[in-house]
Amino acid sequence: MAQGIILGRDINRAMIALGDWSAFAGHALRGLVGARTRSGTLISICYSIGVMSVPVIVITGFFIGMVLAVQAYAQYHNLGLDTWLGSMIHQSVIRELGPVLAAVMLAGRVGSAMAAELGTMKVTEQIDALACLGVDPVHYLVVPRFLACVLLIPLLTVLANVAGVIGAAVICLSIYHIDAHHYWQHGRDFIDLSDVILNLIKPVFFGAFIALISCHRGFRCRGGSEGVGRASTEAFVWSFLAILVLDFFLGLTINSIKSRWLDLDMVKLTS
Amino acid sequence: MKQPAAFELREVAVSFGRQDVLRGVTTRIPAGETIAVIGESGCGKTVFLKLLVGLLAPTSGTIHFDGLRITGSSERELFQARLRIGFLFQSGALFDSLSVFDNVAFGLRAQKKWTDKEIADKVHERLTEVGMPDGAAVKMPAELSGGMKKRVGLARALALDPEVMLYDEPTTGLDPIMTDVINRLIVAVRRRRPITSVIVTHEMRTVRAVADRVVMLYPLRHLGPDQAQVIYDGPPTGLEGHADSRVRNFVAGDSETAIVE
Repeated sequence: MAQGIILGRDINRAMIALGDWSAFAGHALRGLVGARTRSGTLISICYSIGVMSVPVIVITGFFIGMVLAVQAYAQYHNLGLDTWLGSMIHQSVIRELGPVLAAVMLAGRVGSAMAAELGTMKVTEQIDALACLGVDPVHYLVVPRFLACVLLIPLLTVLANVAGVIGAAVICLSIYHIDAHHYWQHGRDFIDLSDVILNLIKPVFFGAFIALISCHRGFRCRGGSEGVGRASTEAFVWSFLAILVLDFFLGLTINSIKSRWLDLDMVKLTS
Repeated sequence: MKQPAAFELREVAVSFGRQDVLRGVTTRIPAGETIAVIGESGCGKTVFLKLLVGLLAPTSGTIHFDGLRITGSSERELFQARLRIGFLFQSGALFDSLSVFDNVAFGLRAQKKWTDKEIADKVHERLTEVGMPDGAAVKMPAELSGGMKKRVGLARALALDPEVMLYDEPTTGLDPIMTDVINRLIVAVRRRRPITSVIVTHEMRTVRAVADRVVMLYPLRHLGPDQAQVIYDGPPTGLEGHADSRVRNFVAGDSETAIVE
């Protein structure tokens, strides 16, 4: 009975938090239409989110490719399918690991930093000061961060994908001496442009959710430096969960879009 | 010159979750008057101030600012009203990524009504008014002392020529000399323009130096359900000899009542 009451309270609290986040996200998204973002502010946020993330994204992507190659080689080699490694690795990197791991890295690097920065502004009353100067703090602070994440996380994902493909090729071609022609041939056969484009839809959603979740945690920060630390951790944890849930549903959607397209192609071919 | 505005609060109550902070607060702040809101820590002084500018919403009751009902008004109306109200935050709340000049110019730039030259002139005028030395405009907030931060915060709040100034603990954490400087600035600000001022403080020197009227709040945790939270509302001269020992003890800095409680 007592556990039921506690569970009920937790669900109630979660629903209130979700409602608060939805209202915050709606307020921020309305700002995309009406609010004017200063180009200087946007460029400086893009620099900090995009350019500063390049090293960590390239290293992450490169090692994902290398680890995949090392783990898969033994099994493929035993079956005499060495040259098919490229197809498996490229599909894994471009469809799943590149977008998801790039987004997780960015949730850690960019999301936590945004929550900490806005949280500090909240506890030092700088956000209240913005409101007192006739500026909407959500539009002023969240809109440029949202735009930067939505625009740059897909580009960083492309970078992670390329680094992953190169990392895998380095291991497969230089260490395991797999035939390069067939390796690339098989890699290309199983990935087409629609794969690359459709799987760039995921990072757009990941970027939007990372920005909205992290900014929300920053705006709701309370209680000094401890509160800032909590906001930063919550931003990462909630962004990470959102990425996994979104990845599942977007994966389903993308697959259904692809199968529909393929069906259309089949109709064209047969008619 | 704009005319000063007035606030009217009716049966205002504020709760955060299960914690009641304000209850049944009814008061009027006439145009042009300087009111000090005093009381011990945790009695809801800062909450009272943030209600006036719409940074917090009351749980119940109504707040009117110059005829506009702050409670229940749209975001747009609130932002318009806030342009008429200056707010000096306890810590100054300067934007730490902007220089002193950019901090003071921030509100002016956001309004997009003035040229860069006019903004620069206004910023220098306000910085001079609060006694900031030449060359301070290029400094970053991290390079300023506590007193300087409050003066820059005051310059920023005055930049838009507000009709009302709200001061949140303007002298807390300052040395006695700087406290006097800030007190004199508050008096000077009022003398130069017709302005309504609300000062939240627990410094009696500040109260005596600047206030026309004093409202004293008492923490709800020490009150019964039927007791009023406003335990004093009158001139500063009536504080010392007041019949209520809670008022006298606070003014004298006597902790006897607090220890008994």
